[in-house]
Formats: sequence, structure tokens, C-alpha cells
Amino acid sequence: MAFVIRQRQIAADNWQLLKPAADGSAPALPADGDVIVPLALWRGQRADLLARSGRLGVWLDGHEDPAEIAGDLACFALVAVNFSNFGDGRGYSIGRLLRERYGYKGELRAIGTVVRDHLYYMAGCGFDSFLMRDGEDPAESLAAFGDFSDSHQATVERPLPLFRRRSGTTASGH
Amino acid sequence: MYIYDEIDQRLVDERVSQYRDQTRRFLAGKLSEDEFRALRLRNGLYIQRHAPMLRIAIPYGLLASRQLRKLAHIARTYDRGYGHFSTRQNMQFNWPQLERVPDILAELATVQMHGIQTSGNCVRNITTDHFGGVAADELIDSYVWCEVLRQWAMFHPEFSYLPRKFKIAVNGAQADRAAVKIHDVGLHAVHDANGELGFRVLVGGGLGRTPIIGSVIREFLPWQHLLTYLDAILRVYNRYGRRDNIHKARIKILVKARTPEVFAQEVESEWAHLKDGPATLIPEEIQRIEARFTRSAYAKLPATDANLEVALAADRAFRNWHLRNVVRHKVPGYAAVTLSLKKTGVPPGDVTAEQMDAIAQLADRYSFGELRVSHEQNVILADVKLSDLHALWQEAHALGLATPNIGMLTNIICCPGGDFCSLANAKSIPVAAAIQERFDDLDYLYDIGELDLNMSGCMNACGHHHVGHIGILGVDKQGAEYYQISIGGSQGNDASLGKVLGPSVSQAEVPGVIEKLIEFYLAHRVADAERFIDLVRRIGIEPFKEHVYGVRNQAAADRRRQLATA
Ligand code: SF4
Repeated sequence: MAFVIRQRQIAADNWQLLKPAADGSAPALPADGDVIVPLALWRGQRADLLARSGRLGVWLDGHEDPAEIAGDLACFALVAVNFSNFGDGRGYSIGRLLRERYGYKGELRAIGTVVRDHLYYMAGCGFDSFLMRDGEDPAESLAAFGDFSDSHQATVERPLPLFRRRSGTTASGH
Repeated sequence: MYIYDEIDQRLVDERVSQYRDQTRRFLAGKLSEDEFRALRLRNGLYIQRHAPMLRIAIPYGLLASRQLRKLAHIARTYDRGYGHFSTRQNMQFNWPQLERVPDILAELATVQMHGIQTSGNCVRNITTDHFGGVAADELIDSYVWCEVLRQWAMFHPEFSYLPRKFKIAVNGAQADRAAVKIHDVGLHAVHDANGELGFRVLVGGGLGRTPIIGSVIREFLPWQHLLTYLDAILRVYNRYGRRDNIHKARIKILVKARTPEVFAQEVESEWAHLKDGPATLIPEEIQRIEARFTRSAYAKLPATDANLEVALAADRAFRNWHLRNVVRHKVPGYAAVTLSLKKTGVPPGDVTAEQMDAIAQLADRYSFGELRVSHEQNVILADVKLSDLHALWQEAHALGLATPNIGMLTNIICCPGGDFCSLANAKSIPVAAAIQERFDDLDYLYDIGELDLNMSGCMNACGHHHVGHIGILGVDKQGAEYYQISIGGSQGNDASLGKVLGPSVSQAEVPGVIEKLIEFYLAHRVADAERFIDLVRRIGIEPFKEHVYGVRNQAAADRRRQLATA
């Protein structure tokens, strides 16, 4: 069974992930409940979505531009990013852009092909919520966040790169 | 040598544990072939035609003697007693067992080595000039900057699943010995009008199926901004590089599709957000990394050595070697020596465990315990006293490492080819051996002068055939192994791509064609100083072509005539 990790814990989850139908047409919108909708649906039915009772989330595919929702982030209780396959790395950049450039502070969820071996990197790019792929092991997945005890780069979690933490300089000042 | 600190060591150790667990899950059936593939590749493990192949990083080609001894130990314990230096300044083992790779990596970690990012769609081992730190025309010690980049690239959270592999080269000297124009990103150190250090940034160069010379997208990037600017380049590539077709996924295709000008603008606008952010480099960090490099404790020596002069005058073979394999050092009384791994009959770059141990010993005795691996697949002892050269030559000679052919035709750069590589169209090693045999007369070889001959077993171009003065490419012709020959390629400041000479030829015909090219060159150069490549540039490839194919057609016509009259 697929399961969700949120804030480094296995979490109960009521979100319904709506996907376009096989022919690409917009999915039907359930009358109530919490839904994560594709970007196209948000663009097309914004008013209807805002009028619903349940909570609202949106998801971006790897080729979609987070700039498109930059002005709407306050409307969402959750933003998700789809990783279409094991090697699809576009979502890492999208995660960072949402956090660092567009200032998104809410729940940021990785969906799609999300397996244990990605988690450390995804967390570094600002994801704090993960819809794990079917068949993943919960305990092994939770352990993945500790694969490395430090990282050289600036990450969303540790905004200063290792060299600044080492030298104690925080401002860039150049 | 850069010496790890506690954090560097910890990260590498943690990587071993991570990979051990991934291997365990794969063997337990919890990871699919495909997914394990993506994971093992970024630890250097390929599955080849005959067996797995493990590629071990030699960061920017620098190696300590204790590390080379460890490689010798691994060759003996886990492999068949030898290894292969690749054109990417890595070491490859051809027969490790998949189950034992975690143990090999754990052994490597004890000498600060690893296979991290030696393959897979991520930032690969950073390469540079193998004369870094000793060349007279150096602006900066490129090793320091390579190490800065190694740390930035290692497990980069955003850029670990790129569309395709990503290779960066740094050149710290005036002459380009790092081939910055044929890398995904090439960084060439420069000073601006105020004497400030920065880098000229090139993108989109590369060989492979679509060879392209890189384009300059920034003439001067102040050094402080190196990492943020690279982040910007990689982000544009990560988001927009093609992922639908493996043959169109390198950054060069994106740069070409968008044009270098448009690509540069995109990078600039991305960079506008990242510039001056926390990843902006600070002098303290550069100093910290500089200080973690071991430095050779040079003695104060006179610029010449009388005994050396005597030995050179007395011994012609030593003189030949000195002429070809020894280069000037910026410190008086020292020289840099190339030990050749291109002995006739030995696959280029192959080195036995015994040779590794012996080279480690030479490094300890003659060159401060350090050595370098060149992209030409040779080993360099960079800090040898002039007074030691004769003794070193004698020992190297006894070990079969003193072939005096550096820069010469028989110093062939060559990929493993069909004997080892599952992607190959044709064998490359026996072809190299046949050419070396054909040109084993040293006087003739020296008369020919400087000539780079590069060979690849398929269009992935691991042997960099496009930039050889003569390039040989293995092709498949209805299931038979054929070779396409090109001339006029070159790397360095005046990099160019070779042009195909004509129809491909069979394995047996290759040495003859090379001989024809050389014959033509010797007959038409205006002076000894006009190198093969210079002549090609001066008169074009047509006359060469006529000489080679005209004669070949003639031979075929003769044969037909003989048959007809028989
Ligand atoms: S050029 Fe081709 S044959 Fe040679 S090593 Fe590379 S992939 Fe293999």
C-alpha cells in the first residue's frame, strides 16, 4: 500500500489526488473532501474550486512552471510535484523554486515515483511530504532521511552551505 | 593531494553504507533492475558484456602512492590483477563481482577514495590539466578549484537526476590542457583588467554522436560567483534539457536548440536570483581548501644538473626519453616526467597490480609520494629532481614504463572497445597494437613528430577520436567491424573536430591507411616544424584523401585486372 510521510512520520492522509483522464480531459470534481487538482483544472475552474468546502491542493507536473502558481500560493493547503519516473529530476528544481523564489511555506508533497532512495535529495529541495510509491517499506523509508549526516550545498533545510557554517560567515557581503 | 577532513570522510563512509543497503535490497528483490541501475551507476558500477565494470574516481587525476597501492590490492583481491586508466582520469576494473562491490568501496574509503558520480546522469568527476601546480604558464592551481567543485557537486540535492551525464573541466593555465571546449561546461581561468581572478565559461561542448565545440556564454565570471553561476546553468539544463531521447539529452543539444545567446540569457536571468546568495564563495573557503592540500617540499636547487648533462650526452636512449617524456617544471632543478602506459602490445591505459605497486614506489622515492593520471592514459610524476632523472629512467625502463613516445603517433588514446565494452561496434585495442607495431622504428616516429592518434570503439567517443589529429572510429558495416578514419581534429586552445576522410576500412587495412597519411605528410610538409595537423589545416583533407583512396582504388583495380587475366 502507498503511504504518506509528513514531517518525517508516517501520517494518515485524506487527500484525494485527481488526475486527468486517459484522454487528457479534466477529472471530475468530487462534491466534498480534500482534493489535489492538476494545474489545468486550477486554471480552468478556479472559482469553483475556491467555492468548495474541502481543502484545496494543486499539483504540478515536471514540465510545468511553478511561476504559474506563484501568485496563488495562498489559495492552497498543499502543493504537490509529480516525479514521472525514477530518473525524472525536474521536480527537484521546482521544489527549490517554490520554496526559495516564491516563498511557499505550506506542505510540499512529492508524488509519482517516490522511493526511499530519493528522499534525502527531495528533502534537501524543500519537500516535507511524500506520497510513497506502492511497495515501499515504511521503516526503510523513514531511515532514508539519515542517509547522510551533512551536505556541502545550501539546501532548503540548511540554507547555508557547509563552507559558511564552517567559517561562521552568514552574510554573503560581496 | 587534498586531505579529507572529518566531514569529507564521514560522507564517503555514509555513501558506502547507503550503497551496501541498496545492493542488499536489490539482491533481495526489493529494487528493480532499472532502479538499481540508476543507483549503481552513480557509484561507478556498470554491467558490461563480460561482467560488471567498476569505475573508481581519481578526482582531477591526482593520486597518492598509498591510494595506488590500494588500487593494486583491489586489482589482486577482487579482479584479475590489473586495471585500466580511462581517458576521464578514472580507474576501471573489469571483473568485480556485484556482491562484493560494497566491500571494494569500503576499502577505497579507507584511503579517501570512492566511485561516487563516476557514472549516471549527474555531475561527473571534474577533470583538469595534468601539469597543474607545476606548469610555468599557470594562473591558478586548478586542483584547488576542482576540489571546490567536487564538494559542490557531490550529492547535490537538486542536480542528482539530470537529463544526462554532465562533465566539467577546469583549466588553470594559459594553454588549454584540460580540453575545456569539449566539455558540458568548461572553465578557463582568466584575469580581468584589474588583475582579479575569474573564469571564462563555455557550455555545450562535447564529443559523442554530435560532436560540438563549446560556446563561450560568459567572458569573465568573478571567482566568487562560480557556484551560483553553475547552479543557474544546471537549473536551466535540469528543467529544460530533453529527457525523451537519450541521444538528445546532453546540454549541448539544449544549447544548440536555443542558440548559445538565448541560453546565456536564460542562465543570466536565473543567476540574477541566485547571485550573491549563500553559495557565493568566500576567500576563507578557498584558503581552507588550499591549506588541506599537501605541498611538495622542494629543495633549493640549481636550474641545471651537470650529471644529467653527462648522461644525456652519453646515452641516446635516455636522451630520446628525456626529449619526449620529460617537461620543464616551474621550480628550478625539477622536472615533470610521464611514465608511458602505451607499450606496444599492451592495451593503452592498462596497468598491472605489480606495475601499480612499482609506480607507487617510484612516486615515493622520486616525487613526494604523489602522481597524476593524464587523460592520455599515462602516469605523471610531477616533481622529480633533475639529478634523479637518469636513475628514474633506468627503473622505469626495467618496468616497461619508459616508452619514449609522449606526443607521438604511438601514444594512442584508446577506449576499451569491443574486447570489454558492450556498446562497441568494433575492437580498438588490437588496432592500436597493429599501428604501434607498424610504427615501432623510433627514428621514423620522431621524424613524424607531434601527432595525436585517438580511437573509439563506437560513436560514444570515449577515446575522443574527434579531437585526434588522426581519429579512428569503430563502425558496424552489416555486422562486420569497420573503421572510419578522420583527420584534422585537435584539442587545446585551437580545438577543432576532425573530418571524415572517406569510406570506412577493414581492421587489416587500418595501419596501411595511417601509413599512407604519414607518407603523404612527410612528402608535403614544408619544414620539420610543420606538424601533421598544421599541414591538414594548410591544404585541407582532399589531397590526403586522394592519396589514400586513389591508391586503394588503384590496388583494387589491379586485383580485378589480375583476376580477369587469370
Ligand atoms: S567509445 Fe564506445 S566502445 Fe569505446 S568505451 Fe566508449 S562506449 Fe565503449
